[in-house]
Amino acid sequence: MEYILIIISAVFINNVVLAQYLGVCPFLGVSNKVNTALGMAGAVVFVIVLATIVTYLIQVYVLDKLGIAFMQTITFILVIAALVQMVEIILKKISQPLYQALGIFLPLITTNCAVLGVAILVIKKDYNLLEGVVFGASIAVGFGLALIILAGIREQLELVDVPKGMKGVPLSLVIAGILALAFMGFTGIVK
Amino acid sequence: MSQLQNFTKGFFKENPILVLVLGTCPTLATTSSALNGMGMGIATTFVLIGSNVVISLLSGVIPDKVRIPAFIVIIASFVTIVDLVMQAYVPSLYETLGIFIPLIVVNCIVLGRAEAFASKNSVLSSFIDGLGMGLGFTMALGIMGSFREMVGSGSIFGYKFISGDGILVFILAPGAFWVLGYLIAIINRLKRT
Repeated sequence: MEYILIIISAVFINNVVLAQYLGVCPFLGVSNKVNTALGMAGAVVFVIVLATIVTYLIQVYVLDKLGIAFMQTITFILVIAALVQMVEIILKKISQPLYQALGIFLPLITTNCAVLGVAILVIKKDYNLLEGVVFGASIAVGFGLALIILAGIREQLELVDVPKGMKGVPLSLVIAGILALAFMGFTGIVK
Repeated sequence: MSQLQNFTKGFFKENPILVLVLGTCPTLATTSSALNGMGMGIATTFVLIGSNVVISLLSGVIPDKVRIPAFIVIIASFVTIVDLVMQAYVPSLYETLGIFIPLIVVNCIVLGRAEAFASKNSVLSSFIDGLGMGLGFTMALGIMGSFREMVGSGSIFGYKFISGDGILVFILAPGAFWVLGYLIAIINRLKRT
C-alpha cells in the first residue's frame, strides 16, 4: 500500500516537471517529436533508478559513516556524471540497438536536474533503499509521461499559425502551464 | 569588447533566462514571490562569480580533456559554501528554496559561462562577466517574482496592498509556466523591432 501511495503521488500529484519544476530544460528541449520523447523517457528511467541506488549506498556507507554529509552535492554530481559515462560505454559494448535508441540522450542527462534532485530528495525524505528505488522510478515515469504528452501536443501544433514571438519555447511553456493545471486536478487523491 | 559592454550583456542582449532560456528550473520554482526569486538570483550570482574567477585563474593548469569534471568540482564547491552559509544565516529563505540550492550545480548558466567565457578570458573579465550574468539572472527572477506575487497574492516583497487573496493560480505551477512563456514571447517581439 505504501508503495502504491509513493507511485501515485510521484507520477501524478507531485509530477516532477509539472509540479516540482525539475528537469524543465530537457522537457522543453526534446519534446518536439513523440519518438525522441520516448527515447529520452527511457534513458531517464534507466539513469534515475541506477543513480538513486548508487547515491543512496554512497550516502549511507561512505558519507554518513565518515560524518562528511556536507560533501553530498559534490559527491553526488560527480557520481552521476561518472555513472552516465559508464552506462554509455557499457551500452555501446553489450547492446547496440539499445545504445542506438538511448545513446544520444545519455550525455544530456548529466545536466538534467531531475537526476540530482531525486538523489537528494530520497535522502531528505529518509526513504530506505527499496522505497527510494520505487520513488525514483515513479518520478522518472512521471517525467516521461509529461514529456510524451507535451510532444504529442507539439506535433499537432506544428502547422498552426501562431504569432511569431510565441513560436517555440514560449508556446511550449504556455502548453506546459495548461498541462500543469490539468495535473493539479489529481491533488487530493492521496491524503 | 569594453568591460562595460561585458558587464551589461547579461541584462539584455544575452540575458540567461529571457534570451538564452537557460536555467529554467530554478526560475520557475523560486519565483512565487519577489524575495524568493531574488534570493535565488543572489545565491547563483555568488556561485557564478566564484566559479568564473577560480576557473579563469586555473585555466592554464586544468588539462583540456578533464576540464568539464574539473569545472563541476569547482562549481560544486562554491554551491556547498552557499548552501552552508544560507543554512546558517538565512534559515527561512533556505527552507523555502530547499532542494534548489544544491541544484545550482546543474544550472546550465554556471557551467555555460565557465566553458564559454571564464576558461578563455582574464580574471577581471571573468569576474565582470559573472557579476553581469548573475545580476541579469537576478533581475529576470525579480521581475517574474514581483509579477507573480502581485497578481497571485496581492502583495509585493511581503507588503499586502489588497485585502483578500489574489489570483492564486499565479503562485502555483501553471502560473509559473505561463508568466515565463509570455515574458519570453514579449522579449522575442521586442528583439525583432
